[in-house]
Amino acid sequence: MLILYCPYCGALAEETELVYGGEAHIVRAGSESTDTEFEAYLFHRKNPKGVHFERWRHALGCGKWFHAARCTLTMEVFGTYSAQTPRPPQYICDAIKFKYPSWSWK
Amino acid sequence: MSKADDSPVNSSNTGFVKIKKLPSQGMISLRGNLSSDIVRQSVYSAVSLELPDIRKIKVGAICAICWMAPDELLILCPYAEVASRVTRMQSDLKSVHSFVVDVSDARVMFCISGVRSREVLAKLCPVDLTQSEFGVGDFRLTRLAQVPAAFWMQNAEIFNILVSRSVARYGFNLLKSAAQKGSEVGVF
Repeated sequence: MLILYCPYCGALAEETELVYGGEAHIVRAGSESTDTEFEAYLFHRKNPKGVHFERWRHALGCGKWFHAARCTLTMEVFGTYSAQTPRPPQYICDAIKFKYPSWSWK
Repeated sequence: MSKADDSPVNSSNTGFVKIKKLPSQGMISLRGNLSSDIVRQSVYSAVSLELPDIRKIKVGAICAICWMAPDELLILCPYAEVASRVTRMQSDLKSVHSFVVDVSDARVMFCISGVRSREVLAKLCPVDLTQSEFGVGDFRLTRLAQVPAAFWMQNAEIFNILVSRSVARYGFNLLKSAAQKGSEVGVF
């Protein structure tokens, strides 16, 4: 069972109150992109054993989308943060690096 | 096919807490930028209450304001006064991106009362209901078993619960079965 802190309403939301929204930080391939790039944007998703960034929606609470960083292996949650950001904030990266020194963002 | 349940959804005294469906409650949904002065002033002039903090409810003499989301409030007021308050807020907020709608008939309100009322909700909601985590003035949107719901405490022994009108019977039956005599857990 996963319990995530909703950064919008401050509630500790249990998994059944949330809806999973897939991988976070996916950058849309624009009209100038090639077919291969567009295919990757549409279909190619990471499925890591380890650190992962995800979109979640507090569906039965305040209704807002937010991002979560967690480890798919240990279920450790490094933190949740606003969805209005193109990359994870520094404190999230620091929390991950503290646990996995060799990890780096992209 | 199972027979439709047509028993009345009104009140129940059979369990270890009293469950009652409350009379029609006026409800107004307001969406907009809650940090803007114009929204705050408009709400104040409509119900004479300041905006609640995050996940709180502000209760006045006849009105209350519930914090639903960072851009949404639910204003409770007498059913008969909804139209006038909506019109007033809509005209106050004409100039800003916002939306004020009468949603009085969208939900029903239940009230459960008794020393163990906390326990009934704790059985049905994924929310920490210990006294230190949830008390009078707190407001929580969550789920009641399988349906969305919201609740707050009127006092130490009374909870008010909102569920969609379309699932009123389900909500009522849930509360009734969670409050069955003999099923007390005694954790709080």
